[in-house]
Amino acid sequence: MENASILTIVISAILVNNFVLSRFLGICSFIGISQKVETALGLGLADIFVMAMASVFAYFAEVYILEYFNIQYLRVVMYILIIASLVQFVEIVLKKVLPSLYQALGIFLPLITTNCAVLGVALLNVQYSFNLVQSVVHSVAAAVGFTMAIVIFAFIREKMESNDVPQAFKGFPIALITASLLSFAFLGFQGMI
Amino acid sequence: MKLSSFTNGLIKENPVFYQLLGMCPTLAVTTSLQNGIGMGVATTSVLIASNILVSLVRKIVPDKIRIPIFIVVIATFVSVVEMLLEGFVPPLYNALGLFIPLIVVNCIILARAEAFAYENGVLDSMLDGLGMGLGFTLALTLLGFIREFLGTGGIELFGTTLFQLPIPATISMILPPGAFLVMGMLIALVNKISKKEA
Repeated sequence: MENASILTIVISAILVNNFVLSRFLGICSFIGISQKVETALGLGLADIFVMAMASVFAYFAEVYILEYFNIQYLRVVMYILIIASLVQFVEIVLKKVLPSLYQALGIFLPLITTNCAVLGVALLNVQYSFNLVQSVVHSVAAAVGFTMAIVIFAFIREKMESNDVPQAFKGFPIALITASLLSFAFLGFQGMI
Repeated sequence: MKLSSFTNGLIKENPVFYQLLGMCPTLAVTTSLQNGIGMGVATTSVLIASNILVSLVRKIVPDKIRIPIFIVVIATFVSVVEMLLEGFVPPLYNALGLFIPLIVVNCIILARAEAFAYENGVLDSMLDGLGMGLGFTLALTLLGFIREFLGTGGIELFGTTLFQLPIPATISMILPPGAFLVMGMLIALVNKISKKEA
């Protein structure tokens, strides 16, 4: 993956290895915050923003701190601190600079800290030994893939609300089975790259 | 010390089936029984250790910055577990891959630190960690068993084949869609049973 072209990275992250449907990252928010298309889209946009920023910071932390002092074993601690403080920071800045966007994203921002997609993408970037540009492209593409999946899923769930679902399947079970069908559809992209 | 701290997590408040916490590792690593058990044990150890430490320091931790402190505690234990797995059971380490460091963001651990260990004594917290961890392991074991059985027609554990039935293997069960499907069915089943009891 080291020499993967930008296009390959984008297609792979959005379709072939979709973060939610084939890598299982960010399932909590995928299932939890997908009842409405609007909120799903808001979460997706916040995620794109945070994942892009996180990958930049994580890259510099990796090269200038972890590698420099040869303390790679502290990677997980370091990354989670970066993400947590980044989310806090973004929240404060948005509140001052773009109150309208802050209003729209508001509740989703703090939730992103524990969204495993963010930590996952940062760790995957290291695993694939991507350079800075590749890391950012990979993160944004992964977040776009996440957004796409959650928005499609939210559309389906909105429709499903008026359907007659057996009692035991109401809520999460039917949502999971819907996700399974969606995942089957994305399986079709396998082998494209 | 109450025994209920231990038993609550097992069935009644099972973190996976009733609280739907920690879904990412639950769905991702349960392609086989062995991976499910491995992930369960790794998570349980982190959960017990972090619960104990959080409970020990709960009186000196300022309320406002407790979440960052919890996260650092959890991340530290996860790093320890990661290194232990890499050193002693490399096959499991390779199979679980990315999901070992991702134990950090498993909501179960932070949720127990925040909701239980921060307000209870050391022994209770330890039992709570053990109970919740075993509940999680139980769910993963069940899911791993069903998926491996349907996906390959047999069960393999630590290099030995336990049994192999001459039934057609449904490969899709060990692929991502199978994870969602089996999980959905299991939760529906749990709903059905618990409704009957109520």
